[in-house]
Amino acid sequence: MTARVGVVTFPGSLDDGDAARAVRIAGAEPVRLWHGDPALHGVDAVVLPGGFSYGDYLRCGAIARFAPVMETIVDAAQGGLPVLGICNGFQILCEAHLLPGALTRNQHLHFRNRDQILRIESAGTAWTNAFQPGQEVLIPVKNGEGCYVADTATLDQLEAEGRVVARYVGGNPNGSQRDIAAITNPAGNVVGIMPHPEHAVEALTGPSLDGLGFFTSVLKHLVGAPA
Amino acid sequence: MPRVVVDVMLKPEILDPQGQAVANALPRLGVSDVASVRIGRRIEIEFTGEPDLARAREIADKLLANPVIEDFTVRLVEADETADARS
Repeated sequence: MTARVGVVTFPGSLDDGDAARAVRIAGAEPVRLWHGDPALHGVDAVVLPGGFSYGDYLRCGAIARFAPVMETIVDAAQGGLPVLGICNGFQILCEAHLLPGALTRNQHLHFRNRDQILRIESAGTAWTNAFQPGQEVLIPVKNGEGCYVADTATLDQLEAEGRVVARYVGGNPNGSQRDIAAITNPAGNVVGIMPHPEHAVEALTGPSLDGLGFFTSVLKHLVGAPA
Repeated sequence: MPRVVVDVMLKPEILDPQGQAVANALPRLGVSDVASVRIGRRIEIEFTGEPDLARAREIADKLLANPVIEDFTVRLVEADETADARS
């Protein structure tokens, strides 16, 4: 049976179309979810895409966190539903307290848009099991508020528990503490990543096909997961 | 009607690049004696009935501020103290 992966559209989402396309290319069925509809329509996993939900008003992700669909997603994620937050989706996961820390204005204040090398630090999550630990991948980064911050105790805990999922290599594009590009929750089903794997799934438009691994990972995870 | 004012500031240990950019622009105004600038956000809340400080604090904690990176203060002000009453 084809896995069904939900992609949420908030007002101001930008990369929901690309995320749905990446899901399809990975071999799953994308299911479009709407921010105002709390129903998850039987999806097996959820992607929170990049963009500027609610105009980034107040703080990025702060208002999206209270969208009806998010209440359901927070409950389901705590029950093990795989959730990938990309860019604005990562910000929403932090605001929803599914992931620790926060994402703040890039230290140099510039919007940064470039192809970025990442090192996969943890291949044990629902979204990175198709990679080898230490593997380097090339995917686009594009953000204005991608600087990951948390207190030292939280950072130490993330490191000690192997929950830093990916780090920037060859230059930190936004000043993130400890070069953190992606993190996960203790169970490994919720991952937040600042760069955009959904933009690196086809030779025509991406710098590589490395992003596809995030989406094929969740399919592997779902096949292995108890129903 | 009195309003509740919520001031939200980045915690001292969190870098404020906007404040730094403003501080770096001050010498262009001929100002050389400013050590640092920090930028925060002021939110004015008007309740339909009596202002409710406890409720405002809850709103600030859940939505207006992100306690991971920001501190906030909540206080009551008279209408003539609010920003739009000043010129």
